[in-house]
Amino acid sequence: MSFERVREKLNILADAAKYDVSCSSSGSIRTNKNKGLGNSSGMGICHSYTEDGRCVSLLKILLTNYCIFDCAYCVTRKSNDIKRAAFKIQEVVDLTINFYRRNYIEGLFLSSGIFKNPDFTMERLVAVAKKLRLEENFNGYIHLKSIPGASDELMFEAGLYADRLSVNIEIPTISGLKLLAPDKKHEDFTKPMLKVKNEIVRYKSERKIIKNTPKYAPAGQSTQMIIGATGESDKDIMYSATHYYKNYNMKRVYYSGYVPVAEDSRLPSIGSQVPMLRENRLYQTDWLLRFYGFDIREILNNSTPNLDIDIDPKLGWALRNLNHFPVDINTADKRMLARIPGVGMQSVNRILKARKFRRLDREHLKRMGVALNRAKYFMVCGAKNWETKDLQPETIKGLILQSSQGKFRNKYSSQLSLFN
Amino acid sequence: METARILIYDGSFNGFLTSVFKAFDEKIVVSDIQSNAISQSGLFSETETVFTQMDLAKRVWNGIQRKSNLAIKNIYFAFLSGQKGIELQLYRYILKLFAKKQSIATDYADEIVMKISQLAKSVGREKHRMEAFVRFQLTQDGIYFANIEPDFDVLPLISKHFRSRYADQQWIIYDVKRKYGLFYNMESVEIVTLDLEEVYTNSIQKNKAFTNEEYDYQDLWNDYFKSTNIKSRINKKLHTQHVPKRYWKYLSEKKEAV
Repeated sequence: MSFERVREKLNILADAAKYDVSCSSSGSIRTNKNKGLGNSSGMGICHSYTEDGRCVSLLKILLTNYCIFDCAYCVTRKSNDIKRAAFKIQEVVDLTINFYRRNYIEGLFLSSGIFKNPDFTMERLVAVAKKLRLEENFNGYIHLKSIPGASDELMFEAGLYADRLSVNIEIPTISGLKLLAPDKKHEDFTKPMLKVKNEIVRYKSERKIIKNTPKYAPAGQSTQMIIGATGESDKDIMYSATHYYKNYNMKRVYYSGYVPVAEDSRLPSIGSQVPMLRENRLYQTDWLLRFYGFDIREILNNSTPNLDIDIDPKLGWALRNLNHFPVDINTADKRMLARIPGVGMQSVNRILKARKFRRLDREHLKRMGVALNRAKYFMVCGAKNWETKDLQPETIKGLILQSSQGKFRNKYSSQLSLFN
Repeated sequence: METARILIYDGSFNGFLTSVFKAFDEKIVVSDIQSNAISQSGLFSETETVFTQMDLAKRVWNGIQRKSNLAIKNIYFAFLSGQKGIELQLYRYILKLFAKKQSIATDYADEIVMKISQLAKSVGREKHRMEAFVRFQLTQDGIYFANIEPDFDVLPLISKHFRSRYADQQWIIYDVKRKYGLFYNMESVEIVTLDLEEVYTNSIQKNKAFTNEEYDYQDLWNDYFKSTNIKSRINKKLHTQHVPKRYWKYLSEKKEAV
C-alpha cells in the first residue's frame, strides 16, 4: 500500500467524517474465537480524546466524500467545492487492522457519501465489514452507516457483520428536512431503520429457541440530529428523539450542535457559535429519560418548550415541582431518590445499600459524593429538620448558582467582579 | 498484655494475605504490616517476618470471597495502589468484615469502607486507562511492544484484557517504573524483566528496533488524530482532563506535543 496516497485520503476522509458524533463502541459482546484478532467487551474503550474533548474510540472515516446529494448542512454536499477522494476496500481493511493491532482503536466506524446510488454505496460498506470478519478473523467493533434508500437485502446483510447500524435523521422536523435536504425523503431514513429494527427483534426471538443463531446488529441502532440549524425548540428535538427511542428501539440518539460549514441563507452564518451548552442540556435530558425514569412530558411541554440554559434539567424540574419535596433519604424509593438534584445514580445506589446499615446523615452523604450544595434544598435526613422549607424557587436557584463552581457559572453570574 | 508486633512480608499480595492469616491464627496484636522493601521498625514493636505461603493466602482469599465478591475485589485493587500504609488499613477492613455477619463492603457511611472503595475505584480507573492508552510499536522481531508508566501497579489487572484481545500476535507491555513487564508468546503470558537501553516512548526520532512501517502507521494515526478535531469546538481543559499529560510521552498521537 502506498502510504503517501493513503495519508492524503485519510486526511480528507477523516476530516469529512468528524461531524458524525457517535463514538460509542459499547453494547456488543463479541468474543475472540479461534485465536483471532480482537474482541468487543461490552464496555467500549475511548483510546484517545480529540482536542475538542470528544472520545476517539473508532477509526471514523468516510469511504468516499463524493456525493450525489446537496444537503445544505453537509460539508460533503455536491455543490461544495472541496477535494474529493475514495478509499479502496482493501485500504480500509488494512488501516483498521493495523490501527487495531497497535491498540489505537476499538474498531471501525464507516460512513460514506453517496456515489452513483444508495445500493452501490451500501454494497461497498458491507464488503469492508465482510472482509474484516471473514478474511481477517476480526472481532472488534464495526459500526456501519445505513445509506438512506438502500435496499432491504443489503440492510439485512449489513446487520450480519456490523455491531451497530445507524442512519442520521439530521433534521429533527420533517419541514426542516424539506428545507435543507430537498433531495431526501423522510421515508428514506425511516425505512432502513424499520428493517433493521424488525430483524433485530426477529433474531432475538430466534436466539431464544436456537442458541447458535448468529447475532444481528448486537449493539443496536443509533441516530443523530443536528441542533440549531433550523429554528426547532428543545421540545421538538426531544419529542422527536423519544419517538425514535420508542418506535425504532434506538440504543442512542446523538445531538450535534450545528457547526457552520456553508454560507447559505437557510442556515446560521459561518463563524456563528456552536450551541455547545444547549447540546449539553439536551444530553442531560436524554440521560434523565434513559436512566432516571423521567417522562419527557414532565421536563418539556407547552408551558416549558425550552430547557433552562443556566441550570441543569433535573434542577429545573425540581424547582418547578417543589411539591414533591423534601425527599427523605432514609425512606424514599429509588425513583424519588434519583429525582433529588445533586444526587446522581451512583449516589442513589450507594444510599440504597448504605442505609441498610444505619440511618444516614449529612456527613455520610457528603462522604458518599452527594453534591449537598444542591441536594440540601430538596431532602431531609437524620435528625435535622428541613430548614429551607419556606424558600421560593427563585431564591433556591439564586443560592445554588452562587454556591456552585460550574464551568458555565461565570457566564451567568449577575455579580460583577470588581477587581478583574 | 501482649505487645504489638509489626509483620514484615515480601511485598506481594499473597504475602500480605499470608500475614493476615498469621495474625488471625496466632491472635497477634498487629501494629503494622510492612513490605520488606520499605520496612521501618517502630520503637515499641517487635517485628516478625512472614514467609509467603500460597495455601494460607488462598484460604484468606477464599474466606473473604465467601463473604463478599465486592470486598475481595476492592481489597485487591486497593492493595495494588501501593499507597503508604495501605496494608494496615486493609487489615482493619478485613477485621471489620469478619466481625459482622453480613458483608460490610457496601456500608458506605463507614469511613474506612468508603475509603477502600474509592481507592479501588482509582486503581480501576487507571486499569481502564491503561487498556486505552497502551500504544504498541512493531519491533523488527515481530513483537508488538509497549512501555507504560502508570501511577498504580496495574499490570496484573490488564493481562487478561490484552491476552483475549490480541490472541494472534506476540506482545510485551513493560512497566518502566516498576521494571517488569508481561510477555505474551501466543500461548501464555509470562512475567519478564528487561534490561532496556532506553525507554521507547513514541518519539519523533526513529529507532532501529522498530520496523519502518511502524513509523508510517504512527504518522497515519497522528494525522488522523488531527483531522478528526473540530477547531470551532476546541476545549483543551476537557482534553487534558481525559488524557492527563503524564501519559502523553507514550502516545503516538501526541508526539509533537511532548
